[in-house]
Amino acid sequence: MMNLLRFIGGRSGSAPVARERLQILLAHERGVGGSGAPELLELLRSEILAVVSRHVDLDPEKVVVKMDRGKFVSMLEVDIEVPNALQRSKMVAAT
Amino acid sequence: MAKVLVVTSGKGGVGKTTSTAALGAALAQAGQSVVVIDFDVGLRNLDLVMGAERRVVFDLINVVQGVAKLSQALIRDKRLENLWLIPASQTRDKDALTDEGVRRVINELKTKFDWILCDSPAGIERGATLAMRYADEAVIVTNPEVSSVRDSDRIIGMLDSKTAKAERGERVEKHLLVTRYDASRASRGEMLSIDDILEILATPLLGIIPESQDVLRASNVGCPVTLNNTTSAPSRAYMDAVRRLMGETVPMTVPVERKGLMNRLLRRRAA
Repeated sequence: MMNLLRFIGGRSGSAPVARERLQILLAHERGVGGSGAPELLELLRSEILAVVSRHVDLDPEKVVVKMDRGKFVSMLEVDIEVPNALQRSKMVAAT
Repeated sequence: MAKVLVVTSGKGGVGKTTSTAALGAALAQAGQSVVVIDFDVGLRNLDLVMGAERRVVFDLINVVQGVAKLSQALIRDKRLENLWLIPASQTRDKDALTDEGVRRVINELKTKFDWILCDSPAGIERGATLAMRYADEAVIVTNPEVSSVRDSDRIIGMLDSKTAKAERGERVEKHLLVTRYDASRASRGEMLSIDDILEILATPLLGIIPESQDVLRASNVGCPVTLNNTTSAPSRAYMDAVRRLMGETVPMTVPVERKGLMNRLLRRRAA
Protein backbone atom coordinates (compact mmCIF):
# COMPACT_ATOMS: atom_id res chain seq x y z
CA MET A 1 0.00 0.00 0.00
CA MET A 2 2.80 2.36 0.93
CA ASN A 3 4.45 1.61 -2.36
CA LEU A 4 1.25 2.23 -4.21
CA LEU A 5 0.70 5.56 -2.47
CA ARG A 6 4.25 6.61 -3.16
CA PHE A 7 3.80 5.52 -6.75
CA ILE A 8 0.72 7.69 -7.21
CA GLY A 9 1.80 10.58 -5.03
CA GLY A 10 5.01 11.14 -6.92
CA ARG A 11 8.30 11.97 -5.22
CA SER A 12 7.71 13.38 -1.79
CA GLY A 13 10.80 11.65 -0.42
CA SER A 14 13.85 12.73 1.46
CA ALA A 15 15.35 15.05 -1.16
CA PRO A 16 13.82 18.24 0.32
CA VAL A 17 15.47 17.41 3.64
CA ALA A 18 18.77 16.89 1.88
CA ARG A 19 18.39 20.20 0.05
CA GLU A 20 17.70 22.13 3.22
CA ARG A 21 20.57 20.53 5.13
CA LEU A 22 22.98 21.32 2.32
CA GLN A 23 21.81 24.92 1.99
CA ILE A 24 22.39 25.58 5.67
CA LEU A 25 25.75 23.86 5.66
CA LEU A 26 27.03 25.49 2.50
CA ALA A 27 25.90 28.97 3.52
CA HIS A 28 28.20 28.47 6.47
CA GLU A 29 31.07 26.89 4.60
CA ARG A 30 31.12 28.70 1.30
CA GLY A 31 34.30 30.66 0.90
CA VAL A 32 36.02 28.75 3.68
CA GLY A 33 38.03 26.99 1.04
CA GLY A 34 38.04 29.96 -1.30
CA SER A 35 40.30 32.97 -1.35
CA GLY A 36 40.48 36.27 0.45
CA ALA A 37 38.26 37.61 3.19
CA PRO A 38 36.02 34.59 3.79
CA GLU A 39 39.07 32.61 4.81
CA LEU A 40 39.79 35.24 7.43
CA LEU A 41 36.49 34.43 9.12
CA GLU A 42 37.37 30.77 9.33
CA LEU A 43 40.81 31.64 10.70
CA LEU A 44 39.25 33.93 13.31
CA ARG A 45 36.77 31.26 14.27
CA SER A 46 39.40 28.58 14.86
CA GLU A 47 41.81 30.91 16.69
CA ILE A 48 39.11 32.35 18.94
CA LEU A 49 37.99 28.87 19.90
CA ALA A 50 41.59 27.83 20.47
CA VAL A 51 42.26 30.76 22.81
CA VAL A 52 39.04 30.31 24.74
CA SER A 53 39.57 26.58 25.11
CA ARG A 54 42.97 27.25 26.64
CA HIS A 55 41.21 28.79 29.63
CA VAL A 56 37.78 27.21 29.64
CA ASP A 57 36.82 23.59 29.28
CA LEU A 58 34.66 24.16 26.22
CA ASP A 59 31.70 21.90 25.76
CA PRO A 60 31.14 21.65 21.99
CA GLU A 61 27.40 21.46 22.67
CA LYS A 62 27.55 24.92 24.26
CA VAL A 63 29.31 26.67 21.43
CA VAL A 64 27.40 28.27 18.59
CA VAL A 65 29.29 29.81 15.72
CA LYS A 66 27.49 31.73 13.02
CA MET A 67 28.97 33.32 9.96
CA ASP A 68 27.05 35.74 7.80
CA ARG A 69 28.56 37.08 4.65
CA GLY A 70 27.17 40.30 3.30
CA LYS A 71 28.20 42.35 0.32
CA PHE A 72 30.19 44.90 2.29
CA VAL A 73 30.54 43.41 5.75
CA SER A 74 30.60 39.91 7.06
CA MET A 75 29.75 38.92 10.57
CA LEU A 76 31.23 36.28 12.79
CA GLU A 77 29.16 35.49 15.83
CA VAL A 78 30.68 33.25 18.46
CA ASP A 79 28.37 32.35 21.29
CA ILE A 80 30.08 30.44 24.07
CA GLU A 81 28.41 29.31 27.22
CA VAL A 82 30.91 29.50 30.10
CA PRO A 83 30.11 27.61 33.29
CA ASN A 84 30.35 29.71 36.44
CA ALA A 85 32.03 28.80 39.74
CA LEU A 86 34.50 26.03 39.03
CA GLN A 87 35.65 27.14 35.63
CA ARG A 88 36.11 30.74 36.70
CA SER A 89 38.58 29.81 39.40
CA LYS A 90 40.44 27.91 36.74
CA MET A 91 40.52 31.04 34.60
CA VAL A 92 41.85 33.18 37.42
CA ALA A 93 44.53 30.61 38.07
CA ALA A 94 45.53 30.76 34.45
CA THR A 95 45.92 34.54 34.30
CA MET B 1 40.34 -5.20 23.66
CA ALA B 2 39.66 -2.32 21.31
CA LYS B 3 39.75 -2.99 17.61
CA VAL B 4 40.87 -0.46 15.04
CA LEU B 5 39.13 -0.96 11.72
CA VAL B 6 39.88 1.03 8.58
CA VAL B 7 37.23 1.38 5.88
CA THR B 8 39.10 1.90 2.65
CA SER B 9 38.86 1.33 -1.10
CA GLY B 10 41.33 3.30 -3.18
CA LYS B 11 38.61 4.42 -5.53
CA GLY B 12 36.28 7.25 -4.60
CA GLY B 13 32.51 7.09 -4.58
CA VAL B 14 32.18 3.38 -3.85
CA GLY B 15 30.57 3.85 -0.45
CA LYS B 16 33.31 4.16 2.18
CA THR B 17 31.63 6.90 4.16
CA THR B 18 28.16 5.38 3.87
CA SER B 19 29.58 2.04 4.98
CA THR B 20 31.54 3.55 7.86
CA ALA B 21 28.37 5.21 9.16
CA ALA B 22 26.28 2.08 8.64
CA LEU B 23 28.80 -0.32 10.19
CA GLY B 24 29.52 2.04 13.07
CA ALA B 25 25.84 2.46 13.85
CA ALA B 26 25.16 -1.27 13.50
CA LEU B 27 28.01 -2.07 15.91
CA ALA B 28 26.59 0.46 18.36
CA GLN B 29 23.11 -1.01 17.89
CA ALA B 30 24.65 -4.36 18.85
CA GLY B 31 25.74 -2.82 22.15
CA GLN B 32 29.37 -2.00 21.34
CA SER B 33 30.89 1.38 22.10
CA VAL B 34 32.01 2.86 18.82
CA VAL B 35 33.84 5.90 17.51
CA VAL B 36 33.99 6.71 13.81
CA ILE B 37 36.79 8.99 12.63
CA ASP B 38 36.76 10.94 9.39
CA PHE B 39 40.25 10.98 7.86
CA ASP B 40 39.24 12.88 4.74
CA VAL B 41 40.93 16.16 5.61
CA GLY B 42 39.66 19.01 3.48
CA LEU B 43 36.67 17.08 2.18
CA ARG B 44 34.92 15.83 5.26
CA ASN B 45 31.54 14.17 4.79
CA LEU B 46 31.09 11.62 7.54
CA ASP B 47 29.57 14.35 9.74
CA LEU B 48 27.02 15.10 7.02
CA VAL B 49 26.09 11.46 6.43
CA MET B 50 25.66 11.01 10.19
CA GLY B 51 23.63 14.20 10.54
CA ALA B 52 26.09 15.91 12.87
CA GLU B 53 27.34 18.62 10.50
CA ARG B 54 25.97 21.48 12.58
CA ARG B 55 27.52 20.23 15.79
CA VAL B 56 31.15 20.28 14.67
CA VAL B 57 33.31 22.60 16.76
CA PHE B 58 36.65 20.83 17.01
CA ASP B 59 38.08 18.22 14.67
CA LEU B 60 40.76 15.57 14.33
CA ILE B 61 43.45 18.06 13.36
CA ASN B 62 42.69 20.28 16.35
CA VAL B 63 43.30 17.25 18.57
CA VAL B 64 46.44 16.17 16.72
CA GLN B 65 47.83 19.69 17.03
CA GLY B 66 46.90 19.93 20.69
CA VAL B 67 44.44 22.81 20.21
CA ALA B 68 41.57 20.76 21.59
CA LYS B 69 41.33 17.80 23.88
CA LEU B 70 40.03 14.55 22.50
CA SER B 71 36.87 14.82 24.58
CA GLN B 72 36.09 18.17 22.96
CA ALA B 73 36.25 16.77 19.43
CA LEU B 74 34.10 13.74 20.19
CA ILE B 75 30.52 14.29 19.05
CA ARG B 76 27.97 11.94 20.52
CA ASP B 77 25.32 10.62 18.17
CA LYS B 78 21.86 11.97 18.91
CA ARG B 79 20.18 8.61 18.46
CA LEU B 80 22.69 6.15 19.92
CA GLU B 81 24.48 7.07 23.11
CA ASN B 82 27.36 4.65 22.52
CA LEU B 83 28.16 5.99 19.03
CA TRP B 84 30.62 8.88 18.65
CA LEU B 85 32.15 10.82 15.79
CA ILE B 86 35.43 12.67 15.31
CA PRO B 87 35.06 14.89 12.26
CA ALA B 88 37.83 15.76 9.83
CA SER B 89 39.01 19.30 9.41
CA GLN B 90 37.66 21.34 6.53
CA THR B 91 40.92 23.22 5.97
CA ARG B 92 43.11 22.22 3.10
CA ASP B 93 46.27 21.60 5.04
CA LYS B 94 46.59 17.84 4.70
CA ASP B 95 50.08 17.82 6.21
CA ALA B 96 48.59 18.81 9.53
CA LEU B 97 47.95 15.12 10.14
CA THR B 98 51.06 13.41 11.40
CA ASP B 99 51.84 9.78 11.94
CA GLU B 100 52.75 10.44 15.56
CA GLY B 101 49.61 12.52 16.17
CA VAL B 102 47.35 9.85 14.71
CA ARG B 103 49.04 7.17 16.79
CA ARG B 104 48.51 9.19 19.96
CA VAL B 105 44.82 9.82 19.21
CA ILE B 106 44.12 6.19 18.35
CA ASN B 107 45.92 4.92 21.44
CA GLU B 108 43.84 7.21 23.61
CA LEU B 109 40.63 6.12 21.88
CA LYS B 110 41.58 2.48 22.45
CA THR B 111 41.19 2.98 26.19
CA LYS B 112 37.64 4.31 25.76
CA PHE B 113 35.97 2.35 22.96
CA ASP B 114 35.41 -1.20 21.73
CA TRP B 115 35.64 -0.21 18.08
CA ILE B 116 37.50 2.58 16.30
CA LEU B 117 36.37 2.92 12.69
CA CYS B 118 38.62 4.99 10.43
CA ASP B 119 36.90 6.35 7.33
CA SER B 120 39.70 6.60 4.76
CA PRO B 121 39.82 9.23 2.02
CA ALA B 122 39.99 7.98 -1.56
CA GLY B 123 43.36 7.64 -3.22
CA ILE B 124 46.64 6.26 -1.99
CA GLU B 125 48.13 9.46 -0.60
CA ARG B 126 49.00 10.45 2.93
CA GLY B 127 45.42 10.62 4.24
CA ALA B 128 44.69 7.09 3.08
CA THR B 129 47.94 5.67 4.43
CA LEU B 130 47.44 7.38 7.79
CA ALA B 131 43.87 6.08 8.03
CA MET B 132 45.09 2.50 7.65
CA ARG B 133 48.37 3.00 9.53
CA TYR B 134 47.29 1.66 12.95
CA ALA B 135 44.49 -0.64 11.82
CA ASP B 136 44.04 -4.16 13.17
CA GLU B 137 41.46 -4.97 10.55
CA ALA B 138 40.37 -3.52 7.23
CA VAL B 139 37.10 -3.40 5.36
CA ILE B 140 37.78 -2.98 1.65
CA VAL B 141 34.73 -1.49 -0.03
CA THR B 142 34.39 -2.60 -3.64
CA ASN B 143 31.82 -2.07 -6.35
CA PRO B 144 31.30 -4.82 -8.93
CA GLU B 145 33.08 -2.77 -11.53
CA VAL B 146 36.54 -3.13 -13.07
CA SER B 147 38.17 0.09 -11.88
CA SER B 148 36.97 -0.41 -8.32
CA VAL B 149 38.29 -3.98 -8.18
CA ARG B 150 41.63 -2.89 -9.56
CA ASP B 151 41.97 -0.11 -6.97
CA SER B 152 40.95 -2.51 -4.20
CA ASP B 153 43.77 -4.79 -5.23
CA ARG B 154 46.18 -1.88 -4.92
CA ILE B 155 44.87 -1.02 -1.46
CA ILE B 156 45.15 -4.65 -0.34
CA GLY B 157 48.82 -4.50 -1.32
CA MET B 158 49.26 -1.38 0.81
CA LEU B 159 47.51 -2.98 3.79
CA ASP B 160 50.04 -5.80 3.56
CA SER B 161 53.05 -3.51 3.42
CA LYS B 162 52.47 0.01 4.74
CA THR B 163 50.62 -0.55 8.00
CA ALA B 164 52.26 -0.63 11.42
CA LYS B 165 51.10 -4.22 11.80
CA ALA B 166 52.66 -5.26 8.49
CA GLU B 167 55.92 -3.61 9.49
CA ARG B 168 55.95 -5.72 12.66
CA GLY B 169 55.55 -8.82 10.52
CA GLU B 170 51.87 -9.25 11.48
CA ARG B 171 48.86 -9.20 9.22
CA VAL B 172 45.99 -6.76 9.05
CA GLU B 173 42.87 -8.89 8.87
CA LYS B 174 41.10 -8.01 5.64
CA HIS B 175 37.41 -8.18 4.77
CA LEU B 176 35.80 -7.47 1.44
CA LEU B 177 32.52 -5.57 1.39
CA VAL B 178 30.81 -5.48 -1.99
CA THR B 179 28.44 -2.53 -2.27
CA ARG B 180 25.90 -1.41 -4.87
CA TYR B 181 25.41 -5.00 -5.93
CA ASP B 182 22.58 -5.75 -8.32
CA ALA B 183 21.94 -9.50 -8.32
CA SER B 184 19.77 -9.47 -11.41
CA ARG B 185 22.33 -7.58 -13.47
CA ALA B 186 25.09 -9.87 -12.25
CA SER B 187 23.02 -12.94 -13.19
CA ARG B 188 22.52 -11.51 -16.66
CA GLY B 189 26.28 -11.13 -16.94
CA GLU B 190 26.14 -7.34 -17.06
CA MET B 191 28.02 -6.91 -13.83
CA LEU B 192 30.95 -8.71 -12.22
CA SER B 193 29.63 -11.48 -10.01
CA ILE B 194 30.63 -12.01 -6.39
CA ASP B 195 32.59 -15.09 -7.43
CA ASP B 196 34.50 -13.07 -10.04
CA ILE B 197 35.45 -10.44 -7.46
CA LEU B 198 36.44 -12.97 -4.82
CA GLU B 199 38.53 -14.91 -7.27
CA ILE B 200 40.40 -11.80 -8.38
CA LEU B 201 40.95 -10.26 -4.95
CA ALA B 202 41.33 -13.49 -2.92
CA THR B 203 40.02 -11.76 0.19
CA PRO B 204 37.31 -13.14 2.52
CA LEU B 205 33.86 -11.69 1.95
CA LEU B 206 32.31 -9.69 4.79
CA GLY B 207 29.04 -8.84 3.11
CA ILE B 208 27.11 -7.94 -0.01
CA ILE B 209 25.21 -4.68 0.14
CA PRO B 210 22.53 -4.53 -2.54
CA GLU B 211 22.01 -1.42 -4.64
CA SER B 212 19.11 0.33 -2.96
CA GLN B 213 17.26 3.61 -2.79
CA ASP B 214 17.34 3.32 0.98
CA VAL B 215 21.02 4.24 1.00
CA LEU B 216 20.43 7.59 -0.69
CA ARG B 217 17.36 8.25 1.41
CA ALA B 218 19.37 7.71 4.59
CA SER B 219 22.18 10.06 3.57
CA ASN B 220 19.62 12.67 2.51
CA VAL B 221 18.29 12.86 6.04
CA GLY B 222 21.68 12.40 7.71
CA CYS B 223 21.10 9.06 9.33
CA PRO B 224 23.14 5.85 8.98
CA VAL B 225 21.09 3.46 6.85
CA THR B 226 21.04 0.81 9.59
CA LEU B 227 19.32 3.31 11.87
CA ASN B 228 17.08 4.98 9.34
CA ASN B 229 15.27 1.87 8.21
CA THR B 230 16.33 -1.21 10.14
CA THR B 231 14.45 -3.65 7.96
CA SER B 232 15.58 -2.41 4.55
CA ALA B 233 17.72 -4.72 2.43
CA PRO B 234 20.97 -2.73 2.83
CA SER B 235 20.41 -2.43 6.60
CA ARG B 236 20.03 -6.16 6.99
CA ALA B 237 23.15 -6.70 4.88
CA TYR B 238 25.18 -4.27 7.01
CA MET B 239 23.88 -5.85 10.21
CA ASP B 240 24.89 -9.32 8.98
CA ALA B 241 28.33 -7.92 8.12
CA VAL B 242 28.66 -6.55 11.64
CA ARG B 243 27.76 -9.90 13.16
CA ARG B 244 30.53 -11.44 11.09
CA LEU B 245 32.93 -8.74 12.26
CA MET B 246 32.07 -9.71 15.83
CA GLY B 247 32.96 -13.31 15.09
CA GLU B 248 29.57 -14.87 14.39
CA THR B 249 29.05 -17.22 11.48
CA VAL B 250 26.21 -15.86 9.40
CA PRO B 251 25.18 -17.44 6.08
CA MET B 252 25.98 -15.16 3.17
CA THR B 253 22.90 -13.98 1.33
CA VAL B 254 22.07 -11.02 -0.83
CA PRO B 255 19.16 -9.38 0.97
CA VAL B 256 16.52 -8.29 -1.49
CA GLU B 257 14.01 -5.52 -1.30
CA ARG B 258 10.66 -6.64 0.01
CA LYS B 259 8.56 -5.56 -2.91
CA GLY B 260 4.98 -4.48 -2.61
CA LEU B 261 2.29 -5.94 -4.79
CA MET B 262 2.39 -3.04 -7.23
CA ASN B 263 6.13 -3.33 -7.75
CA ARG B 264 5.90 -7.05 -8.19
CA LEU B 265 3.22 -6.69 -10.84
CA LEU B 266 5.19 -4.02 -12.64
CA ARG B 267 8.33 -6.08 -12.55
CA ARG B 268 6.56 -9.13 -13.90
CA ARG B 269 5.22 -7.11 -16.75
CA ALA B 270 8.64 -5.67 -17.46
CA ALA B 271 10.19 -9.11 -17.49
